[in-house]
Amino acid sequence: MVAATYQLKRADFIFKNDNDWKKILDKSLKKPSQELINELMSSELKGRGGAGFPTGLKWKLTAEYRSDKKYVICNADEGEPGTFKDREILSEVPYKVLTAMAVCAHVVGSQEGFIYLRGEYKFLAPELTKVIGEFEHYCKEAGLNFSVKIFLGSGAYICGEETALFESMEGKRGEPRNKPPYPTSFGYLGKATVVNNVETLAHAFTIFKYGAKKFYDLGVQYSRGSKLFSVSGDTPKPGIYELELGMSLQDFVAEFGDGDTKAVQVGGASGFLVPRKRFEKTTIGYRGKLTGISLPTGGSMMLFNSSRSMYNVLDNYLDFFREESCGQCTPCRVGCQQLHSGIKAVKRGEKPAQYLNKLLKLTETMQLTAKCGLGQSVANSFSSIVENFREEMIY
Amino acid sequence: MDPVQDLIKNLASQHGRNRTNLLPILQGVVEQEKYLSEHSMIEIARELDMPAADVYGTATFYSFLEYQKMGTYIIRVCKTITCSMKGKNQILLTIENMLKIGMGETTPDGKFSLLQTNCLGWCHKAPAMLINNEVYTELTPESVRDILTQYLKK
Amino acid sequence: MSSQINVTINGFQLEIEKGKTILDAANKAGIIIPTLCYHKDLCIAGNCRVCVVEVAGQKRLAAACATPCEEEMEIHSNSLKVRNSRKHIIELLLSEHNSDCTKCYKNGNCELQELASEYKIMTQDFLRLAPLKNYTIDQFSPSIVKDDSKCIRCQRCVRTCAEMQGVNALTVAYKGDEMKIATFFEKAMNDVICTNCGQCVNHCPTGALVEHNYIEEVWDAISDPQKHVVVQTAPAIRVGLGEELGLEVGERVTGKMVSALKRLGFNSVLDTDFTADLTIIEEGTELLNRLRKVLAEKDDQVKLPLATSCSPGWIKYVEHMYPEFLEHLSTCKSPQQMFGALVKTYYAKANKIDPDKIVSVSIMPCTAKKFEANRPEMHDSGFRDVDYVLTTRELAIMIKQAGINFAKLPDAKYDRLMGESTGAGAIFGATGGVMEAALRTAYELVTGREVPFKNLNIIPVRGMEGVKEAGIKIDHPLKEWSFLDGIELKCAVAHGLVNAKKVMDAVKNGTSDYHFIEIMACPGGCLGGGGQPIPTSPEIRQKRTEAIYAEDKNMPLRKSHENPEVLKIYQDYLGEPLGAKSHLLLHTKYTPRDRF
Repeated sequence: MVAATYQLKRADFIFKNDNDWKKILDKSLKKPSQELINELMSSELKGRGGAGFPTGLKWKLTAEYRSDKKYVICNADEGEPGTFKDREILSEVPYKVLTAMAVCAHVVGSQEGFIYLRGEYKFLAPELTKVIGEFEHYCKEAGLNFSVKIFLGSGAYICGEETALFESMEGKRGEPRNKPPYPTSFGYLGKATVVNNVETLAHAFTIFKYGAKKFYDLGVQYSRGSKLFSVSGDTPKPGIYELELGMSLQDFVAEFGDGDTKAVQVGGASGFLVPRKRFEKTTIGYRGKLTGISLPTGGSMMLFNSSRSMYNVLDNYLDFFREESCGQCTPCRVGCQQLHSGIKAVKRGEKPAQYLNKLLKLTETMQLTAKCGLGQSVANSFSSIVENFREEMIY
Repeated sequence: MDPVQDLIKNLASQHGRNRTNLLPILQGVVEQEKYLSEHSMIEIARELDMPAADVYGTATFYSFLEYQKMGTYIIRVCKTITCSMKGKNQILLTIENMLKIGMGETTPDGKFSLLQTNCLGWCHKAPAMLINNEVYTELTPESVRDILTQYLKK
Repeated sequence: MSSQINVTINGFQLEIEKGKTILDAANKAGIIIPTLCYHKDLCIAGNCRVCVVEVAGQKRLAAACATPCEEEMEIHSNSLKVRNSRKHIIELLLSEHNSDCTKCYKNGNCELQELASEYKIMTQDFLRLAPLKNYTIDQFSPSIVKDDSKCIRCQRCVRTCAEMQGVNALTVAYKGDEMKIATFFEKAMNDVICTNCGQCVNHCPTGALVEHNYIEEVWDAISDPQKHVVVQTAPAIRVGLGEELGLEVGERVTGKMVSALKRLGFNSVLDTDFTADLTIIEEGTELLNRLRKVLAEKDDQVKLPLATSCSPGWIKYVEHMYPEFLEHLSTCKSPQQMFGALVKTYYAKANKIDPDKIVSVSIMPCTAKKFEANRPEMHDSGFRDVDYVLTTRELAIMIKQAGINFAKLPDAKYDRLMGESTGAGAIFGATGGVMEAALRTAYELVTGREVPFKNLNIIPVRGMEGVKEAGIKIDHPLKEWSFLDGIELKCAVAHGLVNAKKVMDAVKNGTSDYHFIEIMACPGGCLGGGGQPIPTSPEIRQKRTEAIYAEDKNMPLRKSHENPEVLKIYQDYLGEPLGAKSHLLLHTKYTPRDRF
């Protein structure tokens, strides 16, 4: 089946609340570790934060690693521009997330969990704390020794990068570490750690509830299951939608566009800008052997109509990256400054149009050499905007 | 013992005195004092038995850990893409005119500080801003005036 | 079970121990991969990205310094991708760097400049970011100048200050485009807990951290016919200076150095080793006095262990970090300051020179000595005891400026008064040296016999271990010292302030029973000082150490108390060790400072 012809399909798992988490938790805790891992692996659930690492494999590696202490961390440092689904999950169905964390703890052998909540969502903390209290109480009754603490961020996008997140939790500057070693063996405080995005955990709950097949049957090859999309920008219906993976951007725009959609930014500022002419050939899912272009995403979908200047859009992204880069590695720290100042210089006519080519080459270097995903992914939006809307960049 | 020392001692007793407790303590001081003064950072370093320079280095990494004196109410207007598209600058102008301060400034009475911030995660309800921990979305110049009027009365 | 794995680099196959990095493998294969943030003394940062290489099968390039080798790894360090990326990264660094090289103190000795030259970065395509940042230069410290516009944020200084010295005066602050290396609240280096040790200077690849230089001031003094310019040279200079002037690492250049100083126009070339010997007499006496008071007279006001006071970085460290332990410090001034006080008194008197006309210059392996000379209490001669302190590097610059072909210089001898020294004075330049020199004298003083070590070489206090411990049992002392009979004199030696902390914490916690501790702020002792030639590494320091001990071995006299000029000064001028005159000129007091 060719993915590009896939229709938009709504799903309703994440926010559907049967209030049955206790049952699911009891059921799961009775199962051996290996069975739960197999379940996750056969569901083909991939990380919903955007990187798309197979969740089952992550749990398996951590479970297999010998360590006196292990941690389970829910990554709620949702900072990617255009993403706001994790906040909604944590305020609507926090029990699902906590249940999946507890199952993960059972699988990998951990007693301590954390929710790294971005500072911007501090207002969620009081309610969440209450929920955690009840949850921990039930865990105790169910015979599981597992505690969850909220760790509050303080305004740093990069802390969503898992190793930067550890550093931040350790009371340091949120600077990504060298990898390897990976978190599955060397994470928080140097111990084996599972870090899962909020939504990933919510899907894990779905899988533990309905079984892997139900999840696997959604979506397309290499991109199984449903996904939450945060829809914003020039759209008559901004909001959060659960859709099956594998849809074409064409179908997406037909549903969410305002009739004049010029381009869609898939995956936030660190994702790609897709121009109208590519809507049809672009599917939303993880890279695989799909025909056409397949874009992975943390779920941020920002629509731009023809009234928008793509120069301003890029300017805004680069301003963001220039500030939010941790600053430790050269390609990202200096690269972001050069890109940002560079497009301004071209726009003002202080640099020739060909200077854009030099900047495009620079983004290739950033992609190849930056220490972490932030610096590596700046190239995505830069090149997709400059290549498709070059005339808008030039004086 | 001055009140800041008191506060820091209490925070340290509450959270612990390890390096892993640094962020919660910094946040606790900012919550109370609105910013981290030289004095607070030194006291935190003393309490946690860690280098003062490292407290400073860590604090300055995080946008929400202010190290310059701030007003009672810190207004943070989101400047990221969707909020910018949906009229962030109008909101800023409204606030600037109303409070007679520019970006990064604090009103002479020490009540308000105006800052911009990166994506707050309310893109579907843009433009958005935070006043301390309170979120305000789908702002219009009118709604901002109403909101600020409420705060001015406080 | 083999822990060896196979990798290929640029087609060259080799076996390497598991856990080693790609950079290690390249070194083993004789392939050079450029680095900036990497330093042998420090932990891996992996942040400059200059060392990126291509690993077959991987989409992205890997930082060679931070990536462990894996079985069957195929590495390319010179592919098109790598060359382009590397060049880009160097260009980026240059764009953020004040690259006005001709006006830079480090011109010609800058790792970034070298890379730019190697990769022939001939154009400045990228926008220049450095001028936009409005950085100011911090030159308030008499020791160190910090210029952020030259900084490439490799964090070598920060790691040095934290890992090697445990001082943490420097930190990484802010993020994104504003990220920079800063002190607490961006205060001047002079106003924070900086010990002025200069290790950050030694580890900085560019001109962002350099010594505060006094070259022009010294030239002016030399050129002033009214002035009598006296120079003293520290023990570690003679084993380091050659490196800066094209000779091999670890080459001893004592004679050439003296020749060069004479040709530069100094009126008198004298030796800090002389006051090193004098220090041993004063400090040795102080130690024995304290032992007597504590052990025989049970005086609980007197503190043990006694700690050496030669290293001004260490002194400032104690003042900040352990102010409650200041009484443990020997009251002896450092050899530099003893020398300074004597030059404008004893030397002036003996040579009938108006001390007001004397300019006292010292050549030190150390930046902290600049701060020390600047201390307000260092005016016991009635004048500023030491007027200018130059590092080894500054002296080398002067020698080059004077057009002296250093390698071809004949050997010359130090001038007299205060030019005579012993092997004991010479080893002050190495960690453990003061301890060894002190033991050679003190043991003999107490027992009437030489220290019970072959050829006087007290091996347990030598070497590069961070903290060394030694005990010497005293049997059958002379009658006067009978209270020491059967006592084992316990000693500890530490170098690098992070090791000093270990010793001090042991003292503080009461878990140690040392009588005497020697501490040097810098790794390897003064030979690894912050004013020594750059680069530095464990291997380089090892070679300098060997040179120091060779110097000692070849000296006719190897015990401080046999130095004839030392005997003479007590006879003619000072009277007795710890006497009134000594007390006035050779001893000092310390200032408690804050830790934060």
